[in-house]
Parts: sequence; C-alpha cells; structure tokens
Amino acid sequence: MDSPTIPPTNSDDVPVTEARGRNRVFVWFDRRAGINSLLHEALDEPIPGGARWAYVFGSGLLFVFLSQVITGVFLALYYVPSADHAHTTVAYITKEVTAGAFLRSLHSYGSSAIIVVLLLHIAQTFLYGSYKGRRELLWVAGCVLFALMIGMAFTGYLLPWDQKAYFATAVGTNIASEVPLVGEWLKRLMRGGADMGTLTLSRFFVAHVFMIPAAIFAFVAAHIYLFRKAGAAGPISEDPVSPRQKAERFYPRQVTMDMGFALLLIAALGLFAYFVPAELGPKANPAETQYLPRPEWYYLPVFQWLKYWSGPLAVIGILAIPTVIAVLFVGLPFIDRGLERRPWKRPVAVGAFTLVFLALVLLGALSRRDDRRNPGVAAQLAKQREETEAFMRAPFEPETAGSSLAAANVALADPLAARGKTIFETKSCNACHGDGGVGTPAGAKLIGVGAKLPPDKLEAVLRQPTEKMAAGGMTSVKLKDEEMKALIAYLNSLK
Amino acid sequence: MESENQTKDEKREPGCAESSSMTGAHGRRSFLGVLMSVGTVGVGAALSVPLARFALHPTLAKTTETAWSDVGAEDEFSTIAEPAKRLINIEQRDGWRKVVSEKSVYVTKSADGRLRVLSSVCPHLGCTVAWNETKGQFISPCHNGVFAPDGALISGPPRRGLDELETKIEDGRLKVRYQYFRQLVATKEVIA
Repeated sequence: MDSPTIPPTNSDDVPVTEARGRNRVFVWFDRRAGINSLLHEALDEPIPGGARWAYVFGSGLLFVFLSQVITGVFLALYYVPSADHAHTTVAYITKEVTAGAFLRSLHSYGSSAIIVVLLLHIAQTFLYGSYKGRRELLWVAGCVLFALMIGMAFTGYLLPWDQKAYFATAVGTNIASEVPLVGEWLKRLMRGGADMGTLTLSRFFVAHVFMIPAAIFAFVAAHIYLFRKAGAAGPISEDPVSPRQKAERFYPRQVTMDMGFALLLIAALGLFAYFVPAELGPKANPAETQYLPRPEWYYLPVFQWLKYWSGPLAVIGILAIPTVIAVLFVGLPFIDRGLERRPWKRPVAVGAFTLVFLALVLLGALSRRDDRRNPGVAAQLAKQREETEAFMRAPFEPETAGSSLAAANVALADPLAARGKTIFETKSCNACHGDGGVGTPAGAKLIGVGAKLPPDKLEAVLRQPTEKMAAGGMTSVKLKDEEMKALIAYLNSLK
Repeated sequence: MESENQTKDEKREPGCAESSSMTGAHGRRSFLGVLMSVGTVGVGAALSVPLARFALHPTLAKTTETAWSDVGAEDEFSTIAEPAKRLINIEQRDGWRKVVSEKSVYVTKSADGRLRVLSSVCPHLGCTVAWNETKGQFISPCHNGVFAPDGALISGPPRRGLDELETKIEDGRLKVRYQYFRQLVATKEVIA
C-alpha cells in the first residue's frame, strides 16, 4: 500500500550508519526537517480515477503567478512609483536595461496568461462539477483569488503611466462613482483625491505590490489547504464526497502533466515576450482631450457592457446586474447542492454558465466591431497606435534632474538675475562660494540666502561684510547700484 | 501500529494503488523524476539568465561613451594671449536621469601653439582658482595657491599644478572631457 520509493516511515528509527542504500544526507536532513513526510504529503495525494490533463490548470496558475512575483520583484529594481518618474523608469527598463523589454513583456503578458488559465481552471471546475460535495469554502476561496487577480490586473495597468494606462484607469475609477451613496467617496479613496495624480499612482503601486499579493499568498494557501482537505474530486463519474474509483498518486504522472503544462505556458510567454515585446506609449498627458482609452482584452466585455447603461438606469447595469451575477457565482456550491456531476444532467447550471461566457465573448466582439465601424474612432485609435510606435522607436531620453543646470536656468529667465550671474562669475564670487553658490570649504553656501536676508540687509553685508564674514576671507563688494541690484536678484534666485 | 496506519489509509484512499501494473513502476517513476528534475533545472537556468543580466545591467553595461563637453570654436582661441575662462556644460548620467552642471575651465596655449584646457578646481581643497590679470598668475582665493599661466605650481599649499583636462578638436570645435581629481596629493588621480 505504501509508495515504493518514498517510504512514509519515520526515519528517526534508522541509525545513520545503518542507512544502507539510502542517501545518508537525505536521512540527516529528514531527521531535522522532516522532508520525507512533507514529500509524502505533497506527492502521494490520491487522485480518484487517475491523472488527467484536465487537472493541470490550478498548478499552471500557481506557476504563472510565481513568474509574476519574480519578474515583478526584478522590475522594482528600476521602477519608481511617482507621476514624475514612473514613465521614464519604465521607458528606461524597456529601452536601455539589458533584457528589460523581455522581463517587462513577460510580466505584462503574464497577466493575460493568468486570466486565460484562470478561465480554463474555472471552466474545468464548473463543467466537472468539482465544486460539489463539501467544497463550498474551497470554491469561495477560489472566487476571492479570482477577484484579487482582477485587482492585480487593474492596479498594474496604471503603473507605466503612459497615455493608455492613465486614461483607462481614469475610466475605471470613474465607474466606482456609480455606486449609490458611497460612490464618490470610493472614487476619491482609490484616486487619493478628486483627480488622477501621483497619489493615485502611489496607491495603485502599494495595492499592486504589497496589499493584493499578500492577500493572494494567504488565499492560495487557504485554497490549497482546502483542496487537500476535500481531496481531488476526480472525473465526472466520481462521487464527490466518498470517492470509489481506483486512485493514482499525484506523483509521478500528474506531476509530469502539471510540469508539462507549466513548461508550455512559460515557453509560450517567453516566445511572445521575445518576439512581440510589450509596448509603452507616450507619457500620460492629463490635458489631452482626444485620447480614447481602450482596456486590455479581458476588460473589453465589461467596457462594452457599460456603454449600454447611462442615466438613472446606470445603477442597474453597472451595479445591480453584475452584483447578482457575482452573488450567484460565489454562491454556486450553496445553491447547486446536488451531487450530480455530469454536465448533461445539470442543464440549468451549465446553460447559465455557457450563456454568461458567450455573452462576454459577444460583448468583447461587439466592442471591437464598434471601434472598427466608427471612422472617427478608428482614425483616432490608429493615430494612438502610431504615437505609441513612434515613441517605441525613439531612443531613451533620460530625465533631467531637478538639481540640474537646465532647472537652474529656468529661474534665470529674469534678465536681471542673468546679469547678476555674470557678475557673480566675473568677480570670482564662485571661487569661494562655488558655481551656483553651492558652497566650498572656503566659502559659505549661498543657496537660500534670499530667504534669510531681505535685499537691503543683503546689500549691506555685501558692501560691508560682518566681522565673522571678513575673518572667513570675504571682501567688501564694490559695485555700482544697478550691478548690485542684479547680483542680489541672482542671489535671490538661488533656491 | 501497522494495521492502524493501514485502516487510516484505506479510509482516506479507498482502492488506492499504482495505476497500472506494478512491474516496472519503480523504474518509470525514477525516469520521470529525472526527466522532471532535468527539465526544471534547465528551464530555471534558462530563465535566470535574463534575470541576472537585468539585475546586473548597471555593472555589466558598457559605460556610456565618454561625455565630451563643448568649449567653443577652435578659431576663438587662436589669438588668446592669456588664459581664457569658459563655462562648460557637463552632463552626467545617473541611471534613468541626467544631471547637467556648469563648470569653469581655462583655455591656454602651450609654447608649441597647442590648445590646453585646465580645470579651475584648485588641487589643494577644491576652491575655484581665479586668473589675476595684473599679476599674470592663477591665484586660489582660499589659501593663496599660486600657479603660472601654464598651470604649473609656483607657491602655496597645493602639492601639484592645475590639472589639465583631456581635449580634442572635432569639426573645428574644442571639446573637453571634464573630470574630477583627488585633492591634497602630488599626483593627478581621477576620481570621477
């Protein structure tokens, strides 16, 4: 009855010296870490009816999620979540950093892969009736994970801070304001204010990187625990509560199938990421009024659905109907309590599920068709595509740091201050006080001096330095009144 | 003990057995195990290559081409009799941002008529050296380091003369590669 390769015995009974034919290192570790029972627990899970390709989607999801975690952590090496820098840093990753375009594409396409595999996982669970027989909590935990994954896709979309990210999120957060009573407050909560800005980006970043992933880890653990507690449901002919069919252990055949599917997913993602790198559009410009936001493909059905609802009825379409569908979906194992698993014997449930699925596909297709048929929209979308392609072709343009000369020169738009700068340099003030008044070991920093001394005081100490200043080597500045005015204007501009 | 385990197992996994014939099951399991290990290690290794290259980009990427700053047209300096002060813009890349700063340099002519560019940073403590027209010398205002028009040390606390910067003429324009040098030492050592 025991597995031939992984004996579930307690290796504490066997002295290390007697562990013949067995890896002594393994025994050493097992006594301290208990890996033998852990492996037994993980690999010897019984699958009624035997291994099948239909069961690979759950572990496939786990693999893509891990890939998202790894690529996400690496992307954070260069990403800065601020409206000022987010777009530049993503452009830097995409255009300059070695393998940056590839990793960003893996992460970006990974979200689509998760949605696809998630749908397959749900469809398999639904059609096989695998939610039946004391699996309500397992199903609900899965529903929570579904919502969290949708949340990851929504929050991650804004982070590159390009045109489509900005405007799609503006639309997305606007939908929240349709919720009665608390809608406006909800929108402000998400945006961190009335409008989209750098606080919105910070919030989305924290949700995307800390909060939602933490919840996902917790619910994945719960989902797997509840799955192992309930046991694998097996094929549709199996009794979901007390399985009768001959079981096969998880290892090796099911593990091989799961790994095969994971490798297939990773290979597909890798090929896509390598040959069709994810694009980045021009930086978000909130003043742009023409931009037509279009969400990722998996949000298209919802996007289309929202178009049909406006005015006082909007609350029905945007809130009531989706809520009813969500409640029915989450409550499925509580409502559909029969143990019958064969799809053809469950026409209502399977019919409703198929109907919703087809409706989503239809809405998505309609959305695409609407965009194609409206010449104005089609032209604008084509223009946006061109702008994105043009941005992708352009070389990376580093951001000019705030402490830079260019920024300093903006303050010198005032011609009087500009003249003062020339005086500052020709009189060799910069010899001791440094270029731009940054200060040196020989002379004090002059940046911000205008805030400390009003112009008349400043002029007085320049003409007649204090004793302390004179001791430091400051000489009195002899200038004509207008030149002194210019110098003071320049000193005031040093901030 | 044994029987207790057995009954527990039976309750949990009714009819659980190896799926097919027991003969050769052991060999097949080992083979699949090896196949999976090799596959996992292989794919893991393949995926870690872009990750490593991505993380190590700042250390592995070829340093950006030496940034040359424009000083002025070559002709401009053909007639200079004494060191001419010029402000140059130097651009430093810092990952995804750039810092543009202004530095002053002196353009001088050597005995053989070659244009030389001197850093105005005093090699003593880094004050900006000023050209004194009446004395015909460079004088550091901080501790009275005095330098000849060619930058050679005359007197004062500095331990070496003014630092000469690397130059080139490109399309009739004088270009300089601005660098910082270690202070308080007798030899010229690049620090940035």
